[in-house]
Amino acid sequence: MDEQTRDILEILADDARTSPEEIATLTGMTADEVSRKIEYLEKAKIIRKYKTIIDWDLAGDHYVYAIIQLKISLERKLGYQAIAERLYKFPEVRSVRLLSGEHDISITVRGNSMKQVAFFAAEKIATQEQVQSTSTHFVLKTYKEDGLILDEPEQVKKLVVSP
Amino acid sequence: MRTQCKPSQFIANSMQKVPPSGIRKFFDMVSDSEDVITLGVGEPDYVTPWHIREACIHSIEHGETSYTSNYGLLELREELSKHYTRRHNVYYEPETEILVTTGVSEGLDLAIRAIVNPGDEVIVVQPSYVAYVPSIIFAGGVPVTLGARPENDFKITADEIKAAITNKTKAVIINYPNNPTGATMDRSDLEAIADVIVEHDILMISDEVYERLTYEGTHTCFSSLEGMRDRTILLNGFSKAYAMTGFRMAYALAPKEIIDAMMLIHQYTMLCAPITAQIGAIEALRNGEKEVEKMAREYNRRRKLIVSGLNKIGLDCFNPRGAFYAFPSISSTGLSADEFAERLLTEYKVVTIPGNIFGDTGEGFLRCAYAASREDIKEALERIGNFVDGL
Repeated sequence: MDEQTRDILEILADDARTSPEEIATLTGMTADEVSRKIEYLEKAKIIRKYKTIIDWDLAGDHYVYAIIQLKISLERKLGYQAIAERLYKFPEVRSVRLLSGEHDISITVRGNSMKQVAFFAAEKIATQEQVQSTSTHFVLKTYKEDGLILDEPEQVKKLVVSP
Repeated sequence: MRTQCKPSQFIANSMQKVPPSGIRKFFDMVSDSEDVITLGVGEPDYVTPWHIREACIHSIEHGETSYTSNYGLLELREELSKHYTRRHNVYYEPETEILVTTGVSEGLDLAIRAIVNPGDEVIVVQPSYVAYVPSIIFAGGVPVTLGARPENDFKITADEIKAAITNKTKAVIINYPNNPTGATMDRSDLEAIADVIVEHDILMISDEVYERLTYEGTHTCFSSLEGMRDRTILLNGFSKAYAMTGFRMAYALAPKEIIDAMMLIHQYTMLCAPITAQIGAIEALRNGEKEVEKMAREYNRRRKLIVSGLNKIGLDCFNPRGAFYAFPSISSTGLSADEFAERLLTEYKVVTIPGNIFGDTGEGFLRCAYAASREDIKEALERIGNFVDGL
């Protein structure tokens, strides 16, 4: 990756709302060059989407999250892709990952209550033909999400003048 | 009744030759102010990377709380030796040519005390860090200040150094990348100075603490120049590159005889650098590279932000190629650096440091540290712009 691309990606990863003009100032490129680069990065699907990290608890929607680990029996011609596709089509399923180790697939499920999530797991996930067993873990608290520390205590104040 | 005394009568005469740091005044002015934005700090706004802090915590939990060798942990000196061979292709013997110090400040003091006889002259290239001149005075030496010119982007030239050398000159102190100007030197600039050093048979004290914050061109380590290894006391540390200011962790690299002399003072005054900080330094050298590069990339963005912002305001700012300071000229405003900085602070609550504090050629300039968040830099630029517009 060239320096300019890395610069643009790091700046946008930190704050997707940074304007091409500001990125231009920060990188020494022109705003046009920045816009063209971003357009390329979007087309090449290197930039997939611009998202906002929301604290839904604070907003008043108290979602319940569970991590569900699945053991999968692989059938002839049906690889992991097939079951992954079935799983990720549920809007309740927020992430799907193939794992090494004891379990094969890990999904994150979001619902409005523990009951709703539990029933979803029992009715929609455990009943999938390829799913041998499930192990459901409810999330009690999230401390860090996608590199962002939530509820970080205020940092120590530093001197305002120093040599 | 016993007679009263005046404590001031006990103070050594040499103390009167040293004025208090000009930065102190600004510190006192802001201590009770709110909504202050500071471009006045000479330290990263980052917290020390967690893996370094974690290594220190782990070492304390495991009872590593003892003295170390006066030189510093051998493991750390070995890492430093490898680091210099790898980065600069210059070899220092870990056992005898590396001394771990508590900050570059201590290394500087040791270097000067180790080489200066009363009356010896030491050339200080300015604008520069405020400790150089006092350290020479404390050691009984004579500081000879030499101003790098703004027309030359605050680079000192070999001819200028040559003109300042007398038969009493013992050493020259340079600091590139430079605090407060952000100036750097090209290899060819340094080669010419090296020739002068050899011609007059003197020493170089090279403070390279901002080495890793070089954004344009590559940093040349002074002792890596041909024939300079035995004529250089190289000072460097972890404060700026690894955001470890409070650890007070630094080192001096020099030929054995000079390190021996510096050690003599160090062992009776400091004994050794704190072991916890030394363990943090080992971790920094072994696993800190990615973080250093990441922080440097972000400083580089802030550098572009502040330099273009200052120029837009009409404060002519030369392109600083290293460190984390912009050094704009404020001469267009008609104010002195002191007046500008004081009024900017009292009227618009932005802390900057007047350039004259760092030497005479810094008059008419302002040191703006951009080791602050982008939001703070933008807000500070806005306020500086309003201040300048209202003049």
